[in-house]
Amino acid sequence: MSDIPVSNILFVSIALFFIGMYGLFTRRNLITMLMSIELILNSVNINFVVFNKYLYPEKLDGIFFTIFIIAIAAAEAAIAIAIIINLYRSHRSIDVEDASEMKY
Amino acid sequence: MTATQIIFYILSAFILGTAILSVTTRKIFRSAIWLLFSLIGIAGLYFWLEVEFIAAVQIVVYVGGIVVLIIFSIFLTQQSGKEMPKAPLVRTVAASLAVVFGFAFTWLLIRDYGFEAGNKKFEWSVGKIGAHMMSTKEGGYALPFEVVSILLLAAMIGCIVIAMKSKPESNE
Repeated sequence: MSDIPVSNILFVSIALFFIGMYGLFTRRNLITMLMSIELILNSVNINFVVFNKYLYPEKLDGIFFTIFIIAIAAAEAAIAIAIIINLYRSHRSIDVEDASEMKY
Repeated sequence: MTATQIIFYILSAFILGTAILSVTTRKIFRSAIWLLFSLIGIAGLYFWLEVEFIAAVQIVVYVGGIVVLIIFSIFLTQQSGKEMPKAPLVRTVAASLAVVFGFAFTWLLIRDYGFEAGNKKFEWSVGKIGAHMMSTKEGGYALPFEVVSILLLAAMIGCIVIAMKSKPESNE
């Protein structure tokens, strides 16, 4: 199990985080931006589990943080999709550029 | 190379490849399906890390819940088969530069000042997690657990309130 160094697993989570950032920067569709946020949250989860397993194996805090992040991500996705569907009803579009009334 | 190493590299390539496809493909439904594969790959990574409980939670909540929710909302708001407009070139270039530099900085930091894994074995069981979650003693997670349950209830009610159609006022 220890034949993979910790930094190699962290490489995956860093790469996943920045892939999510790229999606967040380039996309202008609310649903795809939500997907990018899910990728970012997942990279954080991998980090928590890896740090818990390899650096503090006698504790369980990373596992708990992961569980709570998953629960909060589920709540956040549900709320975001309710807002997106409501926005689609009033604007017939889910592009962020079309929903700028509340910006100023 | 041992089998665990090979499995780890295959899983990582799978996760990152599907994640890149998910943020770059221009058909939104395909993007959701690639996200689904990426999340399944992350669940596989948790299995590889031998935290099967988190892997199960990942599959149940993310793959079974959030992705299905996203696919439903795509069906409700998007014409199928329509491609999303291409991002302007300047935005793509700027985003790629920012991401590549951020990744390079972070990766160099991790590589040069990395973490040393201990030799202790990671011990966990679902019973231990449950007892710890409900404990009110030092280091217990009873209060966050209750707060998250209230948050989920609030999110549920909030979803219903937000997505509810307001009745037209003229009938009555």
